[in-house]
Amino acid sequence: MTLRPDPTFYPSPQLATEAPPEELAYVVLLSPDGTRPDAMAVVDVDPESSSYGQQVGQTDMPNVGDELHHFGWNACSSHLCPWASHAHVERRFLVVPGLNSSRIHILDTKGDPRNPEIVKVIEADELASKTGYASPHTVHCGPDRLYISALGAPDGEGPGGIFTMDHETFELEGVWEADRGPQYLAYDFFWHLGHDALITSEWGTPSMVKEGVNPEILLAGGYGHQIHVFDLKSRQHRQALDLGAEQQMVLELRPAHDPRKAYGFAGVVLSLEDLSASVWLWYLDGNGDGEWKTKKVIEIPAEPADADNLPELLKGFGAVPPLITDINLTVDDQQLYVACFGTGDMKQYDVSDPFEPILTGSVRIGGIVERAAHPRAPGTPLNGGAQMVEVSRDGRRVYFTNSLYSPWDAQFYPDGIDGWMVKLDANPSGGIAFDERFFATFSEGLRPHQVRLQGGDASSDSFCFS
Amino acid sequence: MGSALGRARLLSAGRRMNLETAWPWLALLLLGSLHGLNPGMGWLFAVALGLQEEDRRAVWRSLLPLGLGHAIAIAVALVAVGLLGLVVSLSALKWLVAAMLIGIGAYKFARLRHPKYGGLRMSFRQLTIWSFLMASAHGAGLMVLPIVLGAAPGAGASTGPGTHSSHGTSFAGLLSDGQLAGVMATLVHSGAYLFVCGLIAVIVYEKLGLRLLRSAWVNLDSIWAITLIATGIATLLL
Repeated sequence: MTLRPDPTFYPSPQLATEAPPEELAYVVLLSPDGTRPDAMAVVDVDPESSSYGQQVGQTDMPNVGDELHHFGWNACSSHLCPWASHAHVERRFLVVPGLNSSRIHILDTKGDPRNPEIVKVIEADELASKTGYASPHTVHCGPDRLYISALGAPDGEGPGGIFTMDHETFELEGVWEADRGPQYLAYDFFWHLGHDALITSEWGTPSMVKEGVNPEILLAGGYGHQIHVFDLKSRQHRQALDLGAEQQMVLELRPAHDPRKAYGFAGVVLSLEDLSASVWLWYLDGNGDGEWKTKKVIEIPAEPADADNLPELLKGFGAVPPLITDINLTVDDQQLYVACFGTGDMKQYDVSDPFEPILTGSVRIGGIVERAAHPRAPGTPLNGGAQMVEVSRDGRRVYFTNSLYSPWDAQFYPDGIDGWMVKLDANPSGGIAFDERFFATFSEGLRPHQVRLQGGDASSDSFCFS
Repeated sequence: MGSALGRARLLSAGRRMNLETAWPWLALLLLGSLHGLNPGMGWLFAVALGLQEEDRRAVWRSLLPLGLGHAIAIAVALVAVGLLGLVVSLSALKWLVAAMLIGIGAYKFARLRHPKYGGLRMSFRQLTIWSFLMASAHGAGLMVLPIVLGAAPGAGASTGPGTHSSHGTSFAGLLSDGQLAGVMATLVHSGAYLFVCGLIAVIVYEKLGLRLLRSAWVNLDSIWAITLIATGIATLLL
């Protein structure tokens, strides 16, 4: 607890865009074969520094086989919310779940920000007994506590959902939902603090995803294809928004940061009709107690390819699916970044009119077929594809990595993935380009996944003031 | 002449009475103002609701439930102690109140805790409940008690305002014919709270903006926790 508010907390998204540039990035690393522990890497992102664009620290997890995936800060700008004001809690801990192990690690970044210290580990047994959930995934710092999603139950089935944790003691509190209605599958979640609404997406239960994409489940439309709306106060299910069974795997959710705006974007990995990928807008139609609706606003088609260049899973289709596996919305809600793990594209859209996104920039790196190079080494083909993307609070710097989830990595990049992290310079009025100085690699066969920026980023913080 | 002399005598008595009895009212005003000043106890909520609805009337609309909830919290504490006063002695009551003040203060100092209730779409009733919970959790009602008890007759201390309360005004009668004094204490405290809360909400919404939150939001909770402990100790000493 401090005397003044944490300096990284901003009352409104507009004020957050004035935040100083980040100096460090936290990146989870996973060991694809489980031969060594997964780790938290620290990458220097200060352009003035001599180690700019390089890994400068690492904290190994205490066990092997965690499958670190997503993670989040213990506290953020939502702590300034007027109804639960926790302005004097510090943003210093990273909450890092393991998707396979169901273990949750708490890392303290304050003492040595370049080598965070593991201060607490919650084992799967405790998670199971206190919440009934397993495979913890998304971590969001709420106004009053930590909220964490989980893919399912300890036996590998559903339902998945959300549990909560005290943001100071890191004690598990229990299941969040009071009434989940028809919701069974889970993955990501976020909220509209100004509308007391919580939005969830659907992937699959632990048993549906742990062996990778299961073609039988996929072709039967068995993976998630809905978005759910809950009431944040009463914790009751309000509405299920079905995108259609052909829209398989609704992953990342990026709601508008402005608490007055009741809309957001959801990425869908694959359409069974034509292997295209899409981004859907969810929005509140009418004020107050209006109805939530969805609309497909971006569609990216599959690209024809020679079967010889395709992995087993895709040979029969003769095409590379774009596979939208991550999206990110700038803090000012003006630009949307769309990562295509299949083709290696990172696309920038102007979403100032959320119903009509306009493509304003695109780069390609890696990709199942193209193996596009980075400008720093134009002759060197790269594997993996544009994946987890994070944007600085001022919207001028975009960081992304190339590994997704080890079972998927093996299916789409069977010859392996050499981990890298790159940075784009973004023009606020449209346009992106690689920063040629920034090409971070990681040692010992470790692969990078989600990125969090020191002090906050475009997908960490939520706001109660507009 | 006679009537003028009589008037002077009355005025003089009135002045003496004011000096002797004003302090509990001033203390109540001060405490109410302090609660009004705390961003976590209302004005920030009023600002947020105004911004959310893009309407200054939403700021004004939220003030009544905020003030009402706060007043209920004070009244509940006063009624509780009034009922307790029927069955236990005043000194026992003082010990009890002191122990609760010190206990809650120590707990709040060790851990920053708030009731976890709320959202940005609040009905009149919900906002009233929120304000009640927030005031109660901060020990707002509890904090008023020593002032009331200190001004009560037979406080058992040789010094302090309690010994002067035989002048028969304000809180002196609380534990005997206390309803009016209780209502007055609630109104004075909550009135001060509402005035400061509303004033800051309107000034921040209309003029200052939210930027000041980042630097000016001093951790009043820690200061408040220390105040609770200090008041608890003072209650025992008075």
